[in-house]
Parts: sequence; structure tokens; C-alpha cells
Amino acid sequence: MKKSKYFLLLSLMLVISSFLAACGGGDDAGKDKEGADKTAAVQELKMLESTAIPSMDSVMAQDTVSFTTLNNVNEGLYRLDPNQEVVEGVADGEPTISEDGTVYTFKLKDAKWSNGEPVTANDFVYAWQRAIDPENASPYGPYMMDGKIKGAAEITAAAAEKKEYDLNTLGVKAVDDKTLEVTLERPIPYFKSLMAFPTFYPQNQKFVEEQGENFGLKAENVLYNGPFVLTEWDGSTDEEWVYAKNTEYWDADTVKLEKLTWNVLKESQAAANAFETGEVDITGKLSSDVVPQYTGDERLLNWLEPTIFWLKMNQKNNPALKNVNIRKAIAQAINKQDFVDGVLANGSIVANYAVPNEFVKNEETGEDFRAINGNELLPYNVDEAKKAWEAGLAELGTDTVEVRYLGDDTESAKKAAEYVKNQLETNLPGIKVTVESVPFSVRLDRENAQDYDLQMAGWGPDYLDPMTFSDLWLTGGGNNKMDYSNEKYDQLVKEAQTTLAQSPVERYEALAEAERILIEEDAAIAPLYQRSSNLLVSEKVENFTYHLVGPEYSFKWTSVK
Amino acid sequence: MAKYLTQRFVYMVITLFLIASLTFFLMKIIPGTPFSNASKLSEAQLSIMIDKYGLDEPVPVQYANYLLNLLKGDLGVSFQFNNVGVTDIIVNSMGPSATLGALAILFGTFFGIILGVISALKQNTWVDYSSTFIAVLGKSIPSFVFAGLLQYYVGVKLGWFPVAFWRGPEYMVLPTIALAMFPLATASRFVRTEMIEVMESDYITLAKAKGASWFEIAFKHALRNALIPVVTVLGPLVVSLMTGSLVIEKIFGIPGIGEQFVKSITINDYPVIMGTTLLFAALFVVVILIVDLLYGVIDPRIRLAGGKK
Repeated sequence: MKKSKYFLLLSLMLVISSFLAACGGGDDAGKDKEGADKTAAVQELKMLESTAIPSMDSVMAQDTVSFTTLNNVNEGLYRLDPNQEVVEGVADGEPTISEDGTVYTFKLKDAKWSNGEPVTANDFVYAWQRAIDPENASPYGPYMMDGKIKGAAEITAAAAEKKEYDLNTLGVKAVDDKTLEVTLERPIPYFKSLMAFPTFYPQNQKFVEEQGENFGLKAENVLYNGPFVLTEWDGSTDEEWVYAKNTEYWDADTVKLEKLTWNVLKESQAAANAFETGEVDITGKLSSDVVPQYTGDERLLNWLEPTIFWLKMNQKNNPALKNVNIRKAIAQAINKQDFVDGVLANGSIVANYAVPNEFVKNEETGEDFRAINGNELLPYNVDEAKKAWEAGLAELGTDTVEVRYLGDDTESAKKAAEYVKNQLETNLPGIKVTVESVPFSVRLDRENAQDYDLQMAGWGPDYLDPMTFSDLWLTGGGNNKMDYSNEKYDQLVKEAQTTLAQSPVERYEALAEAERILIEEDAAIAPLYQRSSNLLVSEKVENFTYHLVGPEYSFKWTSVK
Repeated sequence: MAKYLTQRFVYMVITLFLIASLTFFLMKIIPGTPFSNASKLSEAQLSIMIDKYGLDEPVPVQYANYLLNLLKGDLGVSFQFNNVGVTDIIVNSMGPSATLGALAILFGTFFGIILGVISALKQNTWVDYSSTFIAVLGKSIPSFVFAGLLQYYVGVKLGWFPVAFWRGPEYMVLPTIALAMFPLATASRFVRTEMIEVMESDYITLAKAKGASWFEIAFKHALRNALIPVVTVLGPLVVSLMTGSLVIEKIFGIPGIGEQFVKSITINDYPVIMGTTLLFAALFVVVILIVDLLYGVIDPRIRLAGGKK
């Protein structure tokens, strides 16, 4: 009696659970099949992203996910194509450039917003003024405009001192509805590629003002003028959104893809799992622990990102780091090859330079910037490191040096910290490295306060020009933050910005010489590696397009086989 | 009863006020910048941004402003998402987390209790040992390992359930199981221990002597008394499960609040830190009240203060 009831309960549970399991399995298998048939027939894809979209206001956006979305649903004067070349967006053909290279006049196409209104020159003026307007405190507006667009830096400076400013002093003007005139502070050879960056996109004044506080918050609070429109996006906490082809786009004939569904999946192994089941066709960027599983797999897409990681050596606090021999010793004492092969193991490469490889080409000669200095600036060399170390210690009159190493608190950053500490303490007798692993926001704060000795930091470019790396190390430069100063370096970079601005070959040579001084003569920073990106792309995807600066991907040219 | 509840309510408000204040000042001590692109900002621009977000005011002024806004029900605007209200973030991401947490609690405690009862009644048999084994696994294997295994074997290899995302009932199965292991193990262990003790008490012997069935004794007489400690541990567990699990959300791509909470602290998104902390604290005090009320329901011998009058 007792037993029978107990068994009844147990068998009931078993029946229910096996029923549920079978039910779920059947459903899912059926769906998968159906899904596969569908996608083979129609132009639809699914892709993963690492976070939700923080902002759809092009003026306020400051992260790659926002930039990527904006790049696909909106459009500026120009955009980047699959070969990383600048191609027409809203601009109609090439701009007219004044003799001194500081005034650009753009003619606009008959492009339309998704509410039917034309995209006009005033839309650019309005958006750019919003971006520089201190009231909005846009993080990227002043960063992209100060020192480039005439009047921008003055507006920022005036606001910081709580003085009056006039947004109309910004060097952007609507000559008429279809003519935009931009005045620059100085000639900028890469100005056209800068115009592909979302901060410089147009905005429809009437729409933005109507929406007020709600502008950019959900799919219906944004206007579109790009290859796609955003649908089914319920705001920054929504982890699923959809691009649908924009039939009103001026170049709609080129756009093949009808629908692209995005989902957020942060964990790389989970992303690979979703990819394996066909739940998604393209993953987001994978972390290095997943990459080795796919070595040799044709579906693994790998490319070199123009992002370099280096050790910044702060000369402000630690007297030892003021000594050039000590810095040279540190820079040469780390075996970078073993680091990229053994620790990173994701296709990243050794960097003995401060401007990335496969990043920019000279517009006159077509040669990569790296062709000038190669990859041999102060490379790993224990003997040289030891010699420099001895010399440095003698100059300082000591036999021990203590340095604090500041790094991020992620797993991979901690591994890197251990590796660097080990290399330095093995190869440089008398050095003691204390590792401090902190959250990203704390690292940034301490960088601003220059509260570190060695800092593992990375830098990715925002526009296609070596200057985005070279101007980091100017004396007192906003991003220097390690008290590095060399007159020769400053002079070469300034020349590249001014007198050499319109002579590409000499300009590259000046910047390359500056790079050589920075690393070989001064060992101001110790570059470690250039990062590579890895993601999984299904065989059925054609013309998947990634970019090296700003937005990460474009789907204007992508289709399904 | 009404008086008791009013009293409790006043205490709850005071508790929340203290938590809000403490969190506010602790938060101001955390190092770090709330601006994710701080390394790209010039000093002039940084000062403009600090000014806009009111971070240049003295901390007591910021505190007063915060409390005033809180009284108006305004939790402020997030730093990481442009112009998005903290209330919206909480409302939107609380749903999936609460659903998943509730499912895990229901599923976990239901099977946990059954497992606990069975192993108590079949003490020191293979049934007991295997249920202990399951409980030990559930407690000691971290949920992310379990989630990863489930995702790979059940999702990818067997293909029974979708591996990730949050689109409907079938998407909830794997994360629910992964999250339910801990409450399942907890409940089964507590129930087993209590049941063994209760089964030895006199009234059970009496019930047995009267010829009550096995089922009646176990579930009607014994279990009720064995549940008290379970309810005590489950209360806080309910809150912690319903407020989201960072790892489960990450692995299964669930748009929940667990991540918002953890991320807001690491990136110094002050308004979101305050909002989520307050929410969690409010849930805790409410659940503790419910647990106290439940004691009386489960065991009439426990009377709430003033209940006898």
C-alpha cells in the first residue's frame, strides 16, 4: 500500500518529465529545420553583439555598438566600404576644397529621412552644433571636433570657464539646402574619412525637437536615412533588435539583405554554442579562450585590428622611470612572441611600434605606413635589456627599483600582468613589480590622475590616419598622461599637422621619424602586441564587412548565398 | 494584526532610508570615473561633463538632492545609456529576472522537498545516498559550470532546448534548471534533516499507531513542521534569485537585472547603483515580512507579536 503510492508518485513524475522533454525536443527540431529552409531562400541573417545599444542619438553615442547600429541605419556625408575605402554617403561626389585645404564644400544627394523629409545641409549644421553644445555635454562631440573644425575648441574652452559662447561660430554652414560648407582649423588630409564617423551624421531638427527627451530612446523615436531601418528595438535594455531594409534609401538597389536580427550574448562559449546550433549566423567577437577550438576552421574569420596594447611608463612619480636606460631595459625585457603565442593565442601579433600594421596606406604610394619603420623598433633583447638596466641603475646609484603595475581586473588582463611581472623580475635583477588589478573605470581615473608607474593600456583609432596615434604623445597632450615630452617629437608631429599636411610622402616620413624617436630613442612606451579579432561567420554569408575605425560592421553589401 | 503591520511598515521605511544613505556615501567612496571614455576627454570637456551631471557639488548637497528626487519618485538618469531613466531600466530588466527566479524557486523547492522527504523516509538506503549526492553536486558545482554543461549537452548535442535568448517558454527551460540546482539542494538538505527529527517525535508515533497512511504521515503531519527552517532560508534566497544572476544571464543571453547591478558598480553608474540597491533592499524587507507572516500559517504555535490579543 505505502509502496504503491510512492511508486505512483515517482512514475507520474517520470511520465510528466519525459513528456515535457519530448515535447520541447520535437518543437525545437521542427523549428530549426523550418528556419534553415527559410534563410536559404530569403535574405535574412542573425548576429550576436556583446551589449545592448546604449544610444541611438548620433550626437551622444560613444561606444562601438551604438556606432555600428548608427552606421547601418543612418548615414553621414561618406561611409567606409568593404575595402576600408571612403565612399559616397549623403554627399554627392567629391567635395570642393579651398586652395589652403581648410574650406570644404559638399554637395548633397536627394536623400530622404524615413519620415519622407529630404536630408538637407541644415540637418548637418544642426547635428554638429548639438554635438559641440556644452549643454549636451556630448563626450565625442568635442573629442572629434576640437582642433579640427573651426571654432570648436573655443566653444568648449569658453563653457569650461563658464563664459559665453555662440554655437554659430562653429565652422559649419548651410549655403543652401543642398550645399554644406565646412571650415577647418587647419588642413586635415584624412577629413573625408572623418566624415564617415557617426558624430558627424545629420539630424532632422524638427524631429529631434518634437521628440525632446524621448529622442533616440526606442526604434520609433529615431529617424533613419541609411541602408536599413531599426525595428523592434525597445530601448537600451532590449537585448534583441532588428534591421529591416530601408526601401527609401538612395542606394537601395545595392542593399540585398532584407532583415538582420541581433541578440546580445556576452559569453563567448555560449556564442559559439548558439552558432553551432544555427541559432545565429555570425557571432560577435570571441574571447581568446574559445578561438583555439576553431583553429583551421573555415568559418573562423580573423583580422588584425588597429589596436595596440602597450605599457605606458609614467615619468611623473617614479624617478627610475625618468631614466631612459631603465625604460629601455623594461621595454626590451619582455618576450612578446611567447606572450602572443602562449598567453593570447588568438592571432594577435608582436608590436614593436606605436602605429599599427595594416591600418593606413600612403595615398600617393599605396604603401602601408609600417613599411617605413618596419617592426623592429626596440624589440625583445635580453642582453641589451640587461646592459641598459645596469647602466640605468648605475646612473641612479641604486641596485633595486620598485614599480607599480596598473592593469584591468579581467581574467586576460590578470594573466598579462603576471606574465609581464615574471618577465621583468626574471630578466632585470633588482626590479620588484607590484601588480594592481582594478576595474576599467578605476584604471581610467588613475590614468587621469597619473597615479601609476607602469600601465597596461590599449588604444584604438577613431579615424584612418596615423595622427590618431601620433598626437597621443605630444607634450601636455590630452592623452599623454605620463609626462613624456620631447621637443623633436612635438616638432615632427606639429609639422605633419601643419606644413606637411598636403604632402603625403613627407608627412608619413615625419610621423615615422617621430615614432622612431618615441620608441627607439626615448622608450617612452613599451608596445607589446597588436590585437586581432576573431568571429565565426556561417558559410552562407557573403560580403561580411568589418571596419578598422568607428563602427565595427556594415551590412549594406552583405547578402545570403 | 493591523497594529503589527503598521509597526513593521515604519521599520521598513527606516531601514530603507538607512540603506539608501549608507549606499550613497559608500558609492561616493568607490574610486573610478563614471565616464567610459575618460581617457579621450580633455580637461575642459571633463569639467563640462562633471558640471552637467552635478558631480562637482559637495557630497552632502548631492545627497540632499538625491533624497529630494527620491521622494518625488525620481531615480535619475543612467550614465551608461544616454537619457534612459533608471526606473525604465529596472522595470524592463526586472521582468525576465523575476520570471526566471520564480521558476527556479518553484521548480527547485518542489523537487527539493520531495527529494528531502524521500531521503528522510528511506534514510541510509541507496535512495538517500543518491539524493545526498545530488544535493552535494547542486551546492558545490557553481551555477556557471552547470549552465555551461547544460547548454552544451542538452542544447547543442541533444538539441532539446534552445541554447540561449529569451523569447518564450522553451527558452526558459535550461536557465531554470541551472538556477534551480541551488535551491533544490538547499531545500532537500534542510527538509531531510528536519524530517528525520520530526519523524521521531511522539505525535508521529501516535499517528502511526492510529494507522494513518504513509502519505498522510509524511505530507500532512511531518512535512508541515519540517518546513519552518526551509521557509527561513528560502526567503532571502527568493530575493537573490529573483534579482537576477549575472552568470546565468550572461551565458543564456537573458536581458535581466543581475548584470545591470554588477555592471553599474564596476563602471560607476551612480544612479543605477542606487536604483538597483534600493530595489533589492525593498524586496528583502518585504520578503522578510512575508516569511514572518508565513511562520504563523505553517505553524500556528508561532504567533506574531500582538497576535494573541
